Amino acid sequence: MSIAIGPGEESLGVDNGKLGMWTFLVMDAMTFAGFLAGYARLRWKAPLDGMGQASELVNTVGSTVWPNPYTTFGVIGIQLTAFNTFILICSSVTMVHVLSDVAAGRIKRAEKWCLATMIGGLFFLGIQGYEWTHLMQVWGFFSENAAALPYNQNFVATFLSLTGFHGAHVAVGVMFNTILYLGLRNGKVGKEQYTFVEIAGLYWHFVDLVWILVFTFVYLL
Amino acid sequence: MTINAPGYLSPLTKEQSESWFRYLMSWFYSGDAKRIGIMYIIFSAFAGFIGMALSIMIRAELATPGLDLMSEEFYMTLPGMHASAMIFFFVIPCYAGFANLILPLQVGAPDMAFPKLNLTAFWILPFAGILAFSGYFLSNAPQFGWTGYPPLSNSVYSPQLGADLWLLAIALVGTSSTMGSVNFLATAFNMRCKGMKIFQLPLFTWSIIVMSFLVLVSTPVLTSAVLMVSLERLFPATFYFFSPQGGGDPILYQHLFWFYSHPAVYIMILPGFGLVNEIIPVFSRKPIFGYKVMVYSMLAISILGFVVWAHHMFTVGIGLNARKIFMFLTMLIAIPTGIKIFSWLATIWGGSLSFKTPFLFSLGFIAMFTIGGLSGVVLAATPVDIQLHDTYYVVGHIHYVLVAGSVMTIFAGVYYYFPKAFGMMLNERLGQIHFWGTTIFINVTFFVQHYLGVKGMPRRYADYDPEFAFLNAVSSYGSFFLAAFQIVFFVNIFYSMKNEKRVGKNPWVDGNTLEWTVDSPPDHHQFHEPPVWTPIERHHGPHSPSAAE
Ligand SMILES: [Cu+2]
Repeated sequence: MSIAIGPGEESLGVDNGKLGMWTFLVMDAMTFAGFLAGYARLRWKAPLDGMGQASELVNTVGSTVWPNPYTTFGVIGIQLTAFNTFILICSSVTMVHVLSDVAAGRIKRAEKWCLATMIGGLFFLGIQGYEWTHLMQVWGFFSENAAALPYNQNFVATFLSLTGFHGAHVAVGVMFNTILYLGLRNGKVGKEQYTFVEIAGLYWHFVDLVWILVFTFVYLL
Repeated sequence: MTINAPGYLSPLTKEQSESWFRYLMSWFYSGDAKRIGIMYIIFSAFAGFIGMALSIMIRAELATPGLDLMSEEFYMTLPGMHASAMIFFFVIPCYAGFANLILPLQVGAPDMAFPKLNLTAFWILPFAGILAFSGYFLSNAPQFGWTGYPPLSNSVYSPQLGADLWLLAIALVGTSSTMGSVNFLATAFNMRCKGMKIFQLPLFTWSIIVMSFLVLVSTPVLTSAVLMVSLERLFPATFYFFSPQGGGDPILYQHLFWFYSHPAVYIMILPGFGLVNEIIPVFSRKPIFGYKVMVYSMLAISILGFVVWAHHMFTVGIGLNARKIFMFLTMLIAIPTGIKIFSWLATIWGGSLSFKTPFLFSLGFIAMFTIGGLSGVVLAATPVDIQLHDTYYVVGHIHYVLVAGSVMTIFAGVYYYFPKAFGMMLNERLGQIHFWGTTIFINVTFFVQHYLGVKGMPRRYADYDPEFAFLNAVSSYGSFFLAAFQIVFFVNIFYSMKNEKRVGKNPWVDGNTLEWTVDSPPDHHQFHEPPVWTPIERHHGPHSPSAAE
């Protein structure tokens, strides 16, 4: 006796999986909210130029100046990240195409759009990895002399944790999209599995949306 | 085809399988929410036992002034590990167990929405438990209490490996309970049977919905704080979030921590409210008084619960106006809570009462939880809190809320649902002995702690001024008897399982929710044909449903 687990007679009119993904995203958004609240608090708790911070504590960790990625990161600063943001938004657009093509039953085209989405995600991760390794060389993150940086240590901590946590989400998204891609290729995902594609899309759009927030906080403001 | 064998849900019988190994595996890999729920409850009983053992060590050390039994270093690990055992591994998983067992039945669903996610969420817990407590075997357990405030919890002041593992365990527990909540919400909202409209849902299901909402919104914030502390510990030269040496802000951690941990109090009590909501009408033989108001007051508690967290931080130097606002909002919570208390009393009023063990535990809960709620209002007053902060008054308060509150409802729930889960009654006489012993010694143990706090005895120290000796002795001996009476409970379980007193579908006669329409124990997927819920006309007044029929 096997009983299909699915929406009951009384339901919200959506698939269980979709409801699950939405609730998961609420939770995930709150995790980011925790990190962003930490960022906001640490950035705006003191004057950015270090005024009023003339204690010995400050001197042990260098100046408290909050670095502006636009100027401080040089060539890999905001230009590269803005480009990266553009790539990620494009991959959201391709994801929309995957969904509409699956809905219309054009699986071959959906497959190509899905590949494009994956590549977009990988490209994003690559650029972010380049940025991290570059900053690790310049700033010596994760090394003993990191404490001697001329920047506010809280920037280092919040920058790495926010972008790192988001990067982990992109990596998971790429895996999710790979599963979707393989499913489309092997014919396991078709028009009937529309909700599965929708759920993958929800996650991917969410990751994009969070990046817009992170980008605004860390790079633009 | 699953067979409705009487032992289907009993972990002590293996009627369906030829070998013990297969039988165990059929539990460990089960996707059946009821089996997962029972595994949750058994796991939480183990954790509760460990937590109780730790608390007995605390009380043994404090029975007389001076350091007599253990080193200060060891004592410092006890309060935090006792709290984490009880909060993260006993109360929260135990309610998750009840929710797994009962929620799908109550909404008329064949199972939870995501059985595999459900099983994963459960199996994270034992691993997290081992991680959290491995500090006792590896190097040293963390000594910073369950709050883990930095800078005390950073790598400078707490270099123990056990502390890293503990933090990892807390992140895992958070993941597990959010996975559970995703499941509960999807099941309760999306898998209801015919006729089960939102405002027909039984109140236990409602309490799990509200609890899941709290878990979903608050737990990830704790996870983020715990991850930040871990990063700070693992890469001390690079990450400075909280440590003042790096310009970090220790108060930031407290904000993040209490943004979770205040709602956590409701995560640990709302399902208990739900259980009591099920039990009181059945044993008063009257419908619940004010069904919708009960739902709205739970929602009000959960929403207010998010804007009161700084009442734990009145002494850290936040602004006076902020403290006034948090004081006001905190006191406001007394209103929806009071509404619930009075609605329970109104349900009992004029009912034809049947004083069975589940009902006794519910009554004990109402009486003693009210004391805990009132001392909470006392603590919410900023000037009073400044005086009482970090004293035994706070310890007394939290134990009235969590032991006289949550633990009493857990026992009420166990006595109430045991016949449904295993198809046999728990012995009534042993249950009554257990109830009276527990209730009396909860008060002996914890009531004097209010006096100790007002007199100025601080929390978390291994030693105290001899002036406090008498009241501490009272509290300690009370706790020993309290622990001893729990043996009655376990004796009862084994005794009742041996002298199987089989029961039918509705052993309490007046149960009218869907779980009482299926066999005891229910078989896999519980309903033989899709259930239909006949909507209840919600109204109040002194008439009994059994008399009306
Ligand atoms: Cu609180």
